[in-house]
Amino acid sequence: MTHQEVHARLRERFGDAIHEWQAPEAGPVGAESFRTYIQIAPEALHDVCAMLRDDSGLRFDFLRLISSVDRMECLSSVYHLYSYTHHHEAVIRVDLDRGNPRVASVAGLWPAAEWHERESFDMMGIVYEGHPYLRRILLPEDWAGHPLRKDYVAPKEYNGLTNE
Amino acid sequence: MKKEHQDSLRTEELLINMGPQHPSTHGVLRLVVRTDGEMVRETWPQIGFLHRCFEKIAESLNYAQVIPYTDRMDYLGSMNNAVAFCLAVEKLGGFEVPERASYIRVIMAELNRIASHLIAFGTYALDLGAITPFLYGFREREMIVSILEKVSGGRLLYHYPRIGGVARDVTPELVNETRVFLRQMRKVWPEYNTLLSENQIFVKRTANVGVISREKAISWGLTGPCLRGSGVAFDLRKQHPYSLYERFSFDVPYGQGLKGTVGDCWDRYWVRMVEMMESCKIIEQAINGLPEGPFMNKVSRGFDLPAGEVYVPCENPRGELGFYIISDGGSKALRIKARAPSFCNLSITNEICKSVLLADVVAILGSIDIVLGEVDR
Repeated sequence: MTHQEVHARLRERFGDAIHEWQAPEAGPVGAESFRTYIQIAPEALHDVCAMLRDDSGLRFDFLRLISSVDRMECLSSVYHLYSYTHHHEAVIRVDLDRGNPRVASVAGLWPAAEWHERESFDMMGIVYEGHPYLRRILLPEDWAGHPLRKDYVAPKEYNGLTNE
Repeated sequence: MKKEHQDSLRTEELLINMGPQHPSTHGVLRLVVRTDGEMVRETWPQIGFLHRCFEKIAESLNYAQVIPYTDRMDYLGSMNNAVAFCLAVEKLGGFEVPERASYIRVIMAELNRIASHLIAFGTYALDLGAITPFLYGFREREMIVSILEKVSGGRLLYHYPRIGGVARDVTPELVNETRVFLRQMRKVWPEYNTLLSENQIFVKRTANVGVISREKAISWGLTGPCLRGSGVAFDLRKQHPYSLYERFSFDVPYGQGLKGTVGDCWDRYWVRMVEMMESCKIIEQAINGLPEGPFMNKVSRGFDLPAGEVYVPCENPRGELGFYIISDGGSKALRIKARAPSFCNLSITNEICKSVLLADVVAILGSIDIVLGEVDR
């Protein structure tokens, strides 16, 4: 199934919670295109993902990656999915409020999400609601701030260690 | 048994710290293990000791400057990392790569894969108490390292693939040296199997231990030998070829439960062993068919990439390494996210280390074959 067909399938069921399809911009080399993702409303994320995983025509059984992106006007959480059954892929994106970034956890659907969401929480401060163990993963527990945010300022000192 | 005897024999749960400085954890990994006697009830991997902010640093550098940093993620597969990153940038920028460069990348990446698997072979035996295989593994690895050193100048971190090609051309002497290595590798591979793969002690320690079912492997996002060990014959080089891999014929080994159950430690180990031979096949085809021509397309030093985003996955020695690059049109990326296979593979630890013997935790961790530099990035 192509990316656009996946999008149509989701829109059929979830309507306006799935944003309109944006035609991918053609890349510099011929038809090779990039920037394709399916943007959805954050409230619908869990239901959409459940359908992506369980629908027999979609069957996205492999969660490749969850990335968090700071776009200044919002934070996004991006999900790269792949299906070993049908060998097709999809990219799901939700945009979250920068002041209070909260979205449902998908760790119940793909256990692989557990660590990805923890990393994303650690680095970008996105709160995944319903996550079984949402703690910092790479940084120490008492670290302040979320370093991958664009407005993050690295501290001069941490527990008596200085970077000067 | 009488009640009072039962009470006096009751065991107590104990929290044990493995690491961060523990030889069997291959770097700085700390495992907190809750044990009941010899049985493990729960494990909490604590990672981050090697965190060097790769993704943050990558946002402040232009694309060409990021390549040396990718070398330092999975430092046993530096070539593979850099190739993956270059492919992602090239796809987003629409840069063409000369055929010769793609072939050279394949040769170097596969050599590095063998070197990485040789370390996996050696250290795994070391984990389980056998020292000899490590020495043999390093003997052959030395030949690869010497080839890679001649072509790139480095023995561990190469910074050899560049955006648009590779840094230097390969010479006929180097091709000959590679042929010598292939002959040697094929000669000693059966010896490895006599020494370790078929060794009864080794088989007893690994067969039927740490079994990961096919469904579990997929839902936990395992990739590479860990996924194939569970019986899924999926290899990105085969299913979604990149860098001209479609031109080479090779098989994808997968776990069949030859010594025990499909998806046990031995299967994962065996997939790596067979992959070394498959890599030899690929290298041989690539050096025989190495086309003439330029090894690098000139790309200006500080180029801008068009706004857009791309995710390019590649098959690394440890699984799927992918770079997700988001560009806003400048010479630096808005965001570079690395999907590190070791990070994803390690996340299953607690799931498979429930109700196993404490000594098996070491066998299971070794069979997952993680590199902490990549887990923490």
